[in-house]
Amino acid sequence: MVQSTNHEPIKAVPLRHPIRWAVALFLVLLSVAFVVDASHRSAYDWKSFRKYVFDHRVIQAAGITLALTALSMFFAILLGISLAVMRRSPNPVFRITSWVFIWAFRGTPVYVQLVFWGLLSTIYHSLFIGIPDVHYHNFYLGFHQAISQSFSLFWIAVIGLSLNEAAYMAEIVRAGLLSVDSGQEEAASALGMSWWTTMRYVVIPQAMRIIIPPTGNEVVSMLKTTSLVTAVPLVTDLYARTRDISAETYNPIPLLLVASAWYLFFTTLLMIVQHYVEKRFARGHTTMIAMAS
Amino acid sequence: MSMIIAQDVHKSFGSNHVLRGISLEVARGEVMCLVGPSGSGKSTFLRCINHLEKINSGRITVNGTLIGYREHNGKIYELKAREAAAQRSEIGMVFQRFNLFPHMTALQNVTAGLIRVKGVNQSEADAEGKALLERVGLADKFEHYPAHLSGGQQQRVAIARSLAMKPSLMLFDEPTSALDPELVGEVLDVMRELAASGMTMIVVTHELGFAREVADSLVFMDGGIVVESGEPAQVLGNPQQERTKSFLSKVL
Repeated sequence: MVQSTNHEPIKAVPLRHPIRWAVALFLVLLSVAFVVDASHRSAYDWKSFRKYVFDHRVIQAAGITLALTALSMFFAILLGISLAVMRRSPNPVFRITSWVFIWAFRGTPVYVQLVFWGLLSTIYHSLFIGIPDVHYHNFYLGFHQAISQSFSLFWIAVIGLSLNEAAYMAEIVRAGLLSVDSGQEEAASALGMSWWTTMRYVVIPQAMRIIIPPTGNEVVSMLKTTSLVTAVPLVTDLYARTRDISAETYNPIPLLLVASAWYLFFTTLLMIVQHYVEKRFARGHTTMIAMAS
Repeated sequence: MSMIIAQDVHKSFGSNHVLRGISLEVARGEVMCLVGPSGSGKSTFLRCINHLEKINSGRITVNGTLIGYREHNGKIYELKAREAAAQRSEIGMVFQRFNLFPHMTALQNVTAGLIRVKGVNQSEADAEGKALLERVGLADKFEHYPAHLSGGQQQRVAIARSLAMKPSLMLFDEPTSALDPELVGEVLDVMRELAASGMTMIVVTHELGFAREVADSLVFMDGGIVVESGEPAQVLGNPQQERTKSFLSKVL
């Protein structure tokens, strides 16, 4: 008797949210006021903004910033995975090496590190591998290379950024490895898998789901950290280049806007990429569930 | 000669002296059940047999080979990681919590050892893996991931995964303790079939019915020592030691 009424879909009056609407309206009005004001305000100098936003020097500098980000993250991820795996190695030499690396590179500011890398050729004049002090005139028993000639400022910046970032990536990867149940390693070694085979085929694949989201965050963070390469001093990246242009024009604000616009454009792109990467992981998860049913 | 010989095995975790001198022998083709209260050291002893745990003193040999070490001129040398791994690959182990690889299908779980340890090629490994999954009654589950198998099915995949390495000895660490009661039977059936095929097995278990029916010998452990051992019917039906009697009175 009761059952027949239960089958009808419920048509309830939706809950009202008057305060939510009021706050939203207030924020919209505030934003409109800001935009209208900014479009007229002479300090922003939108004419200069339009003039420089697609200036070939700026586009080139944006390319340098992207290249710095991509290369530094690439090396940082490789090194970070190695460091994290080394932390878990049965070999104490690996464990301690990794610990000391992370301790040093995570414990000092990236800006300071970049200054140090820039001064490398002042601290060490040359690289020599071989037996020191054994030579006949200019012929040494070994390999000799002057440091200032060896690296461009661009590559010094890449090295500085990636070594610093590797320490953070190592901690992210380590958290991922720790999330994998210890029974997995036991089962793998009971099958006779070596430690490295266990890592490569059992532990790391399972850790990836935990590692990928914070890594996306690190990429976005790296994009902005590249603005510090001026410490090296590398002055061809987006921020340094726009600052140089404003030094000529005596008009820094529109060029700050130009730099900000490009950084925002890139981070937006990266956020979209990250969204799809994470979605792909979620999809892997749901297809597995779908298969069972 | 016995296939497995343990002589006066001691094992401590820090100040916790878990094994206090275990000596026992298992013949080829024998099924031995280890029973005892929790904390008695039975699982630890099992893990020492394939060197997942290092023993502090004593000797364990399997097929006449010392486990985990090499003895030469009266000195004991640690085995290289590769040599220890090779020893483990000849000893199958089944865990209480299955420990299947969750990112691999049932078939990939079974073939992982064949491909990554033995270097068997994919198609041969697949054929062998399918045959093994059929043997444990999972012919229709090749492509299923562990998360979508029942506990009993997962444990049968785990048994197939161990069998793929063609071990001469199988160790079972409470293989049915994590299962819902109605799923215990299917796993015990597979183990029964395995015992009938002549596999040498050491089984840590609380399934005394299984022990009585399938085991050739039963060892009762408590406090890190072997309290009593013998034929299952005898130990279970007519225990001689007080500790055995009091344990059996609680579980039977």
